[in-house]
Amino acid sequence: MRKNYQLAKRRFVIGGFITLVVIIYLWRLFSLQVADETYKQNAESNAFLKKTIYPARGLIYDREGRLLVFNQPAYDIMLIPKDVHDIDTVAFCDLLGITPNQYKELWADMKNPRKNPGYSSYTPQKLLSHISFEDYGKLQEKLYMFPGFYIQTRTVRKYNYPSGANILGNIREVSAEDVKRDQYYRRGDYTGDLGVEKSYEEALRGKKGMEILMRDALGRIKGKYENGANDVAPESGNNLTLAIDMELQAYGEQLMQNKIGAIVAIEPSTGEILALVTAPNYDPSLLVGKERGKNYANLVLDPLKPLYDRSIQGAYPPGSTFKPTQGLIFLQEGVITEATAFPCYHGYINGIRVGCHGHGSPLPLKPALQTSCNGYFCWGFKNMIDKKGTTPSEQLGKWKDYLVDMGYGYRLGVDLPHESRGFIPNSEFYSKSFRGPKWSANSIISVSIGQGEVLATPLQIANLCATIANRGYFYTPHVVKEIADSAIDAKYKEKRGPNVDKKYYESIAEGMRMAVTGGTCRLANLPGIEVCGKTGTAQNPHGKDHSVFMGFAPYHDPKIAVAVYVENAGFGATYGVPIGSLIMEKYLKGEISPERQYIEERMLASNTIINSGVKKH
Amino acid sequence: MSRSIDSDSSVFRNIDWITVIIYLLLVTAGAISIYAASYDFDNASIFDFSEFSGKQLRWIGLSLIIGFVILLTDYRIYEAYAYPIYGVVILVLIATVFLSPNIKGSHSWLVFGPVSLQPAEFGKFATSLALAKLFASYNFNLNAKPSNYFRALILIFLPVCIILCQKETGSALVYLSLVFVLYREGMSGFVLSAMFLAVLFFVLAVKFMDPFVMGLSLGEFSVLTLICVIYCLLLIFYCRDFIIARNVTIGMLASGFIALILEFCGVHVNGLIFFLSVLGASVLYTAVAMLRHHIRNFVISIGFVLVSVGFLFSVNYVFDKILQPHQQTRILVLLGIEEDLRGVGYNVNQSKIAIGSGGIEGKGFLNGTQTKLKYVPEQHTDFIFCTIGEEQGFIGSSLVLIAFLVLILRLIVIAERQKSTFSRVYCYCVLSILIFHVCINVGMVIGLCPVIGIPLPFFSYGGSSLWGFTILLFILLRLDAARKEIRD
Repeated sequence: MRKNYQLAKRRFVIGGFITLVVIIYLWRLFSLQVADETYKQNAESNAFLKKTIYPARGLIYDREGRLLVFNQPAYDIMLIPKDVHDIDTVAFCDLLGITPNQYKELWADMKNPRKNPGYSSYTPQKLLSHISFEDYGKLQEKLYMFPGFYIQTRTVRKYNYPSGANILGNIREVSAEDVKRDQYYRRGDYTGDLGVEKSYEEALRGKKGMEILMRDALGRIKGKYENGANDVAPESGNNLTLAIDMELQAYGEQLMQNKIGAIVAIEPSTGEILALVTAPNYDPSLLVGKERGKNYANLVLDPLKPLYDRSIQGAYPPGSTFKPTQGLIFLQEGVITEATAFPCYHGYINGIRVGCHGHGSPLPLKPALQTSCNGYFCWGFKNMIDKKGTTPSEQLGKWKDYLVDMGYGYRLGVDLPHESRGFIPNSEFYSKSFRGPKWSANSIISVSIGQGEVLATPLQIANLCATIANRGYFYTPHVVKEIADSAIDAKYKEKRGPNVDKKYYESIAEGMRMAVTGGTCRLANLPGIEVCGKTGTAQNPHGKDHSVFMGFAPYHDPKIAVAVYVENAGFGATYGVPIGSLIMEKYLKGEISPERQYIEERMLASNTIINSGVKKH
Repeated sequence: MSRSIDSDSSVFRNIDWITVIIYLLLVTAGAISIYAASYDFDNASIFDFSEFSGKQLRWIGLSLIIGFVILLTDYRIYEAYAYPIYGVVILVLIATVFLSPNIKGSHSWLVFGPVSLQPAEFGKFATSLALAKLFASYNFNLNAKPSNYFRALILIFLPVCIILCQKETGSALVYLSLVFVLYREGMSGFVLSAMFLAVLFFVLAVKFMDPFVMGLSLGEFSVLTLICVIYCLLLIFYCRDFIIARNVTIGMLASGFIALILEFCGVHVNGLIFFLSVLGASVLYTAVAMLRHHIRNFVISIGFVLVSVGFLFSVNYVFDKILQPHQQTRILVLLGIEEDLRGVGYNVNQSKIAIGSGGIEGKGFLNGTQTKLKYVPEQHTDFIFCTIGEEQGFIGSSLVLIAFLVLILRLIVIAERQKSTFSRVYCYCVLSILIFHVCINVGMVIGLCPVIGIPLPFFSYGGSSLWGFTILLFILLRLDAARKEIRD
């Protein structure tokens, strides 16, 4: 057959076709591989498992350098379900001291998609967390018998002292909300809960490191990417040094045993909180390890509410400890002078009657403080609020502004979570409750003696005391003294205080000194130390009066200001004064002098919970 | 020319070494790619026969022996035994339907102890031989009578039907590539063009369904414009009546210009009516001229317009009304309109990620994370091109594509230098099958073609595929080596 040259030309069509297709494919390859970056990113999220390396959490020390909180390894039993087969379940259960039924339940929990949404039989899963060091040792030896199992070490907190749980806080696994709120967290991370663990979380937690592993389509780990060249080392958290003196804190907690209430001790010259006791309290070690959940539930259900930090969250009527604020305001406003005396015939009798106890009459300011005269401050308050040429509303506004500047009515700004703001009523509040502006000093007279609507936290009371000790200013109280490699918030270095003349503070301090030498706080008269104090006996709707005391010492160079609040314990002099004086003595002298040890014994032996009406189940 | 002198040495003197070298390069690159694709970070040896790469090395060794043996055979047996070979393979294919175990829904494997073979791969060379034999039969002219087409199509569609029964759609579709052979041997170019245009129109109409201008979708607009352009080109180059062509072209341009101005002035012209009237007027004008001058050539042109417009309208109808939703989805995913990353689109998306992450130079041998970590399914068989794309980058994957292009172009050269029809047709069969495999396989991996499970020649893992292509190619080389001795 002769060659058909017309048809032979068709080879160009066929050759042209395949050439065209290859050109199109080359163009496509170019656009996929060179021009488009998105595929590279997709590939990364596909194949790289960025595994977190957890940093060591910062340690916590007290002001004397005692180590309070550190890290200890915790051991979780992990397994890769796919790799687990033919194991001796009985031997495994014996090692851990669990029953085969519990073992089955653990597996069921692990596979339960609601409890463990990330379950995959190819990836590491947690079977049991926080096994003891002993169990870890036993299991580690026999681990070869259980293919697919391994032990993951994590760190949990360990506490050197059973005290200060309200200050220290604890750590817990993050919740779904935490993960949503903060990019830093992933499921299963730990975060601070309560105390400085919460408020200084960002300093303590450090920076997570990252290890880049390769993962296949089934999620199986296939080794390190580029031998770890792109891994990021973790950065340990910063250590904290607390302002707290842990021995003083522990002593305070001891004194407050079997009582409900709080002690706050502040170093006036810095605003550093030396002790922040709430009672009843709990051992911070309870909230560590596998018993955490159970113990936490018990604490939540406890009718005495040990998780409630009364020192900063409790809003109480301040009682007579409020009187110094009134004296200061009256003096500054010119309502009284130091010489102004008011009558008191067993109380303030002016249309209404506010009772008082027996003392001389009429009295000027200092003796009124010394004897804690109700009548004096009621008269002063009346003269201020009902002043001619102005309205009670306006005057109450001024009164309130002074108190806010003194740290009342709003959160002081302590570096702990959940601080309460207390309450200082303003004129709108009364106009509302009296349905109009028709109220006068007499309608609200009880606020002048720290009763009625006025509420304050023990911290605010202690802060007032520190302000008097400083004769007119204070630093925002704070529990953290130093953060390693970082500075504490500048607001703790700023002087605050009301616009009240220093000399008026001097008068108040003198009155408080007189209360110790010859007034309501005679029990606080420490040998060799000039103590100033003020008692309070706060009426309340919950039963017996609360016993309140605030004091500072020494008189001329104050090192400590303390507030004590004991619920349902009666007169301020019976519990507040002894406890407050013991705290001051312990802090200033390091020990309790022999002639005062009977007071300590009495306080340790006493029980006021029985007055509270709270029944423990 | 004497055939009696040492035929062995003449084979090796006349063999086309360019083809052999490309073959060896591709097979070697294939073995390396399979090693990379199945490398499991547990770092098995390349010679470990339990691994894919180890097995593939064994297949390659056997392939070389097969190729060598083919070169040693007498070239005349292929033409002489073409039909018997075809018959035997057809019988084996039929037997396979019944004997094969069900492997992932496919009944295409014959299992002999540890070895499994896919007879469909051997059907290719048998069918090629039979087709060549048919065309080489005495005084055979494809266009002489319709029954010749019928005989050729019977040879092609017999294995297609059996392989479809084996549920191997991909392998069956490969035989459609033999339409290139028919084209080369005299089938009208219109058939090929019509097939091409039908696919083009379908893709355009389905892929670009969003409204564009004058109430038409982009797809409809471009198809209608294409019809106008092709009609003009047909009048010029096929009918060669330049006066009519000029008038039609000017008429179309003018009306297009007027429509543009009207659109600009805010008068909305209905695009469908516009195009239909323009095309109608042109066809009417051409028909009148045709009747006047008694030129039959115009029938083809007019027929083209009518069939194309009809096709365009039926595409939308067929797509919406006749195709099942899952078939629509498959087409839409294929055309990149719908994303279906877990279902039909998973393979394609993952393979695009793997290739796209390769960059210009690639991640380096054994450093590909996507293919290594098994994100791409079937990566050592049908998706082997991913490994090349990821690890060798744009440079490596382009080189592979270009190597295939060179091989195919070389085979065209070889085919055209054959003096016997048998050899030439056989060569065209081989290169058509290669074209189809390369276009579809690479096209599917880079997301330009539907996912049709066929291997990449010489690369994909599997003995049957490698042997099948080796036999195809080496018979071609054997015939070519004897080209000076063979005459019709």
